[in-house]
Amino acid sequence: MVKTPAAKPERKPPAKSVSAVLPEEGSNHPRPRDPQRHEATQDELLHFYKEMLLIRRFEERAGQLYGLGLIGGFCHLYIGQEAVAVGLQSALTPGRDSVITGYRDHGHMLAYGIDPKVIMAELTGRGAGISRGKGGSMHMFSTEHKFYGGHGIVGAQVPLGAGLAFGHKYTEDGGVCMAYFGDGAANQGQVYESFNMAALWKLPIIFVIENNGYAMGTKVSRSSAETEFYRRGDSFRIPGMQVNGMDVLEVRGAAEAALEYVRGGNGPLLMELKTYRYRGHSMSDPAKYRSREEVQNMKDTSDPIEAAKAELLKMGVTEETLKSIDKDIRKTVSEAADFAETSPEPDPSDLYTDVLVEQY
Amino acid sequence: MAEVMQDYATSEATNEGAADQTATKTMNMIEAINSAMDVMMDRDPDVVIMGEDVGYFGGVFRCTAGLQAKHGKTRVFDTPISECGIVGVAVGMGAYGLRPVPEIQFADYIYPGIDQLISEAARLRYRSAGEFIAPITVRSPFGGGIFGGQTHSQSPESLFTHVSGLKTVIPSTPYDAKGLLISAIEDNDPVIFFEPKRIYNGPFTGYYDRPVEPWSKHAASKVPTGHYRIPLGKANIVRAGEALTILAYGTMVHVAQAVVEANGVDAEVIDLRTLLPLDIETIEASVKKTGRCLIVHEATRTSGFGAELSALVQERCFYHLEAPVERVTGFDTPYPHSLEWAYFPGPIRIGRAIAKIMKD
Repeated sequence: MVKTPAAKPERKPPAKSVSAVLPEEGSNHPRPRDPQRHEATQDELLHFYKEMLLIRRFEERAGQLYGLGLIGGFCHLYIGQEAVAVGLQSALTPGRDSVITGYRDHGHMLAYGIDPKVIMAELTGRGAGISRGKGGSMHMFSTEHKFYGGHGIVGAQVPLGAGLAFGHKYTEDGGVCMAYFGDGAANQGQVYESFNMAALWKLPIIFVIENNGYAMGTKVSRSSAETEFYRRGDSFRIPGMQVNGMDVLEVRGAAEAALEYVRGGNGPLLMELKTYRYRGHSMSDPAKYRSREEVQNMKDTSDPIEAAKAELLKMGVTEETLKSIDKDIRKTVSEAADFAETSPEPDPSDLYTDVLVEQY
Repeated sequence: MAEVMQDYATSEATNEGAADQTATKTMNMIEAINSAMDVMMDRDPDVVIMGEDVGYFGGVFRCTAGLQAKHGKTRVFDTPISECGIVGVAVGMGAYGLRPVPEIQFADYIYPGIDQLISEAARLRYRSAGEFIAPITVRSPFGGGIFGGQTHSQSPESLFTHVSGLKTVIPSTPYDAKGLLISAIEDNDPVIFFEPKRIYNGPFTGYYDRPVEPWSKHAASKVPTGHYRIPLGKANIVRAGEALTILAYGTMVHVAQAVVEANGVDAEVIDLRTLLPLDIETIEASVKKTGRCLIVHEATRTSGFGAELSALVQERCFYHLEAPVERVTGFDTPYPHSLEWAYFPGPIRIGRAIAKIMKD
């Protein structure tokens, strides 16, 4: 199902030599350069591999803790989509660029190197959690990393992203906002209000649509009149890029082209990342809307971690090295889980804090 | 970020310099509101004005007239007609460290933005455990009295007082409007600032067939030209009395006062100024003194803010009450166009309610 589409259809050169003055793609709007798959060094790819594996193992453990009743409420796992957050965020400048996303946010935080312990403790609702247990799985933040959450209302983070980008532009800090949302959120009206304003004011923002094929249980083709999401910005002259979200190096390469374009003062850009989630929408979803074969086929043929592993082996990394990485990560995740299970719940007095400046 | 998080109220003295205090000018409410924004833009480069027609046009009610010419298009700018997007972008800007003052052209247009106001603006502080805040002030003209019909006359304040994490402010005079708006902009929480549009140009006594009186004849039109604050959460006793307590806000403060003057009843009229935080101490002390309480608001009756006030008064002053708490409100109907004065809780209905309370 997931293929590797080019960002732009291949075109033959025009017959006449007027092409130099003709606008590209029938519009006079500038376009990003064609993205190239990132040529990673062994160290770089190892780093990406570790980050993706950490997300995978973390999420597997979160799933287990949920099953044990240690995580309550809602828990949306990122398994299968690891290459997206890792590939994109590795291209950002920490402390300068900002990131905002929806409720499936564990992976984005881990990709930023945020301590798995405080993330897991937030999932279990403990006082040591990154939002002191007030946010839960869907609502996590980090000022240090300019990570602006973690938003549980589908699509509501997108206007905030435009506001963050406005902040970058207003303060002239050279930063870019990366605003993630899913194929489901892409059908929310406020997303298009944000597109319009971002294009109108040429805000430095990359709209990232993580298209995992399903808006909860509704297949893209049953919910969306235009299923090629990278074209959703066309009416606002926001150029789109379609990227294979199952290949971390393609994602990273596309991110670089996108950032170059947006940092160049050209206004917003839309990236559609074709990806796939292996688990249900949330832990309570048995995922009966798709066949077991479809999921298995994706795991067998398009798994981002397996692909990176194969490439690393080809580069000469030994099985042993990879095994020891896996071991280390399992240890990190176990420690996070232990921490999240054993640290105390928030004090009841915390119920009334952080509501307003004053307490009532 | 540090400077953003600083609390204005504790960082500076309440009023700066004697010059600010002594220089006054006669202003109507529009000019006072304009002056508040102008003063704040002079003082704080992070203050930004945005909204439909607020820039070039200067606002439908002229509240932002001249501000773009003075402060530039980057700080005072027009937005598309996208209320949800406007609020959402403002929340993002606020989280990034700016202090946006979005205008929603009529309170009736605020409904598309409710998702952003409730789920993002009001909740960002809590769910990030205080890491991020949304210091935005949403200004919006509200209330009837100008034949606006059902989509240009509503008083939706109780929708917002019901939301934890929002503050709701409603001024009744030019002096209060400026001081309260400055406090709202400086406040680190999201504030809904409803401006009673019927009294933009002059106080309104509810006697709609009498000539309109301009603000210049009212003492509260003498407004300091500089910076001053009226604290949020402090009610104003506009008329001291012993026989009965009347709770009102916005336009209805003037209507209630006019009825009291005409009837000769020794009522204590309290202008709430801010509904949330509510100055319950002032209310409680007054009702315990008078033993009688009348609540007046223009909004519809059922689940209106008067219901909350009535409940609070009963909870706190039950053994001091000499008569049941009365409410005079708009009827539970859409705001009518032609029958505006039948709907409006005017002097006749207020007079009857006073007679009823005093009879017992």
